[in-house]
Amino acid sequence: MKKLIVGLAGNPNVGKTTVFNQLTGMHQHVGNWPGKTVERAEGYFNHGDYEYQIVDLPGNYALSAHSIEEIVSRDFIVDDDSDVIVNVVDAANIERNLYLTVQMMELGANMILALNMNDFAKRREHFINIDLMSELLGFPIIEINAKKKEGIEELLNTVEKQAANPINTSEKLAYGAELKEHLEDLQELIEKDDELLDVPSIWTAVKLLEKDSIVIQKVQQSSISSEIMVEVDKVSKHLYDIYNEGSEEVIANARYAFIDGLIAEAVEKPEVEKPTISDKIDRILTNRILAIPIFLVVMWVMFQIVFTLGSPMQEFINAVFTQWGEMAAAAIPNPYIASFVQKGLFCGVGGVLTFLPIIFLMFLCLSFLEDCGYLARAAFTLDLVMHKLVGLHGKAFIPMILGFGCGVPAVMATRTMEHESDRILAMMLIPFMSCTARLPIYAIFTAAFFPDNAGTMLLVMYLLGIIVALIIAALLKRTLFKGMSAPFVMELPTYKLPSVKGILIHTWEKVKGFIKKAATIILAAVVIIWVLSIFPLGVAYGSQQSILGMIGSAVAPIFAPLGFGTWQAAVAIIAGLLAKEAIVGTLGTLGGLDEDDEEGITSLVHDTFTPLSAFSFMAFSLLYIPCIAVLGVIKQETGTFKWPVLMTAITLVTAYVVTFLVYNIGTLMGFG
Amino acid sequence: MVKTLKDVKPGETVTIVKYHHCGDIELRRHLLGMGFVKGTKVHVKKVAPFGDPIEMSIRGCDVCLRKEEAENIEVI
Repeated sequence: MKKLIVGLAGNPNVGKTTVFNQLTGMHQHVGNWPGKTVERAEGYFNHGDYEYQIVDLPGNYALSAHSIEEIVSRDFIVDDDSDVIVNVVDAANIERNLYLTVQMMELGANMILALNMNDFAKRREHFINIDLMSELLGFPIIEINAKKKEGIEELLNTVEKQAANPINTSEKLAYGAELKEHLEDLQELIEKDDELLDVPSIWTAVKLLEKDSIVIQKVQQSSISSEIMVEVDKVSKHLYDIYNEGSEEVIANARYAFIDGLIAEAVEKPEVEKPTISDKIDRILTNRILAIPIFLVVMWVMFQIVFTLGSPMQEFINAVFTQWGEMAAAAIPNPYIASFVQKGLFCGVGGVLTFLPIIFLMFLCLSFLEDCGYLARAAFTLDLVMHKLVGLHGKAFIPMILGFGCGVPAVMATRTMEHESDRILAMMLIPFMSCTARLPIYAIFTAAFFPDNAGTMLLVMYLLGIIVALIIAALLKRTLFKGMSAPFVMELPTYKLPSVKGILIHTWEKVKGFIKKAATIILAAVVIIWVLSIFPLGVAYGSQQSILGMIGSAVAPIFAPLGFGTWQAAVAIIAGLLAKEAIVGTLGTLGGLDEDDEEGITSLVHDTFTPLSAFSFMAFSLLYIPCIAVLGVIKQETGTFKWPVLMTAITLVTAYVVTFLVYNIGTLMGFG
Repeated sequence: MVKTLKDVKPGETVTIVKYHHCGDIELRRHLLGMGFVKGTKVHVKKVAPFGDPIEMSIRGCDVCLRKEEAENIEVI
């Protein structure tokens, strides 16, 4: 068996992932690129005498130092020892797609072009002369239909042939005479330093003219860096004098001039484009009047599917694990081991598994919306609102809405945003969307104090969350995320019917990722709380004498200025880290009641809180650290503890400040 | 008055003349990659329901831009 490493490259929405899924099926591994938040999907399979390793490179339009996705892709092509790069190209959009191809040619990548969706191009009366195009480019073009799995065999045979006889694809690349001459001067200089020759000199020359910061840094290590940089400045200035444009634009023009030449020779197109089916669908879906109602309906349906369908499953899993836990505990004679099994293991595992139905359903919906092309339209429709209000991308709408159901799938849904800064800012705001786990808290406290205005109180809580989120967003945009604003420029892909296989594989990968990564954090937290509650051995579980109770008593004074400085409240808040609905149950058990004795807990709350401190407690429960599951999933998504830790700090400070203001202003106004 | 991509009415087709150099360089790079180069024809299709962003078709693809991004591209 011979090993073959193949990179899949291409623009977004060209069916690259479909090719990847067709090739590798379930033999995938989805992780992150080392030290990056960008997803790295790898797959394995055997074909003939070859053992393939396929790396799905992030979809992008260029190979500049513009985004991490682009840097990751080009580093792979430049540094990793891939045997062949398969460039998946959408035939109907070949012009724009070739821009990336040309940049990979600059790198001299040993490349094959996989021309996908040619049937669709033909329907639009775009006819590509594949043989001619291949001759002009100097490397093979294989027509495939990823969805129907056609042409894959030929593609693999070509890969195997070309792995044995690599092609330097930079040879046929030709830029206009003027630019070519200057590039050659630069190349000659660059070639004097062997250290710089790990990549074709034309690539370095082009990137220097494009002012690519990473390549410039590399060149500055060279012994002849000053000589090169002087020449770069000279050439840039010269080009500016001729074209009255920056050198980057001159290069982009040259690349497109090369592409336009190819297209003119090898592609036949109608004078006037026929309106596509997508245009017709868009007349309704992004219609001035209909777009927003349609969006609301789509969101409503998604919310219903995820939460109305998912919640009973969640409750079922919870009930089953609670019962199993009790049964297991009853069968174990040692009370401590029994307690650990029941309250540590079963609670923990159950706590992880309860999230699976909603994560699964959310990804089914989200993958469908994304793959069919609607998600981009929704972002187009709502971008103004998100951008003006929070400085976020239009696509942030979906995570925010999901956040009202549960933060865990909401955080995972930020994946649809291309830019890391957009993603992380959205994640930071999700905890302020009042999720359903906070509802039991509101229910008990409003029943105890505001039975006549329960609806209004609920609304106030939701609004409070949203307003705080807006303020935090404005603050973060001015501090931590300053200047990190990502451009919006977004492609509206043509509508297509998503492949069921693709959606299922994607969803399964996500669920698996959650179990593997976030689960350990959730389990660990459950066990820690158990340890704190049971020690020192012999005290009642979670009582004032336990470590948890002692911690509660110690921190209680901190909460006094907020109106609820009792050790019980403090312990409930700590217990709420596992899941916010645990706050109510904990208050009950600490008061000597059953966890689910709602009436008892309501009257207990009525006796131990005042209306103002009750309101203040609700506000604090809403705003402080989201549950550990959300922190875990943020760690999973960002790959570092930096963001969950930061979120903990932000939410704690926010909760404290807001609640402090609420309670003390309320007291001053005589509500105390 | 210089006409920019921001001023183009839906249904109009224009040709890109140049970028204003005050614009964000990262953005310009991204736009160049998407095919927004000198001499390219852009057909503006529609404006989002709230008045921003703008949808346009360029080199056979549909792309949307915010007005603040479109105003740095000069067209005729």
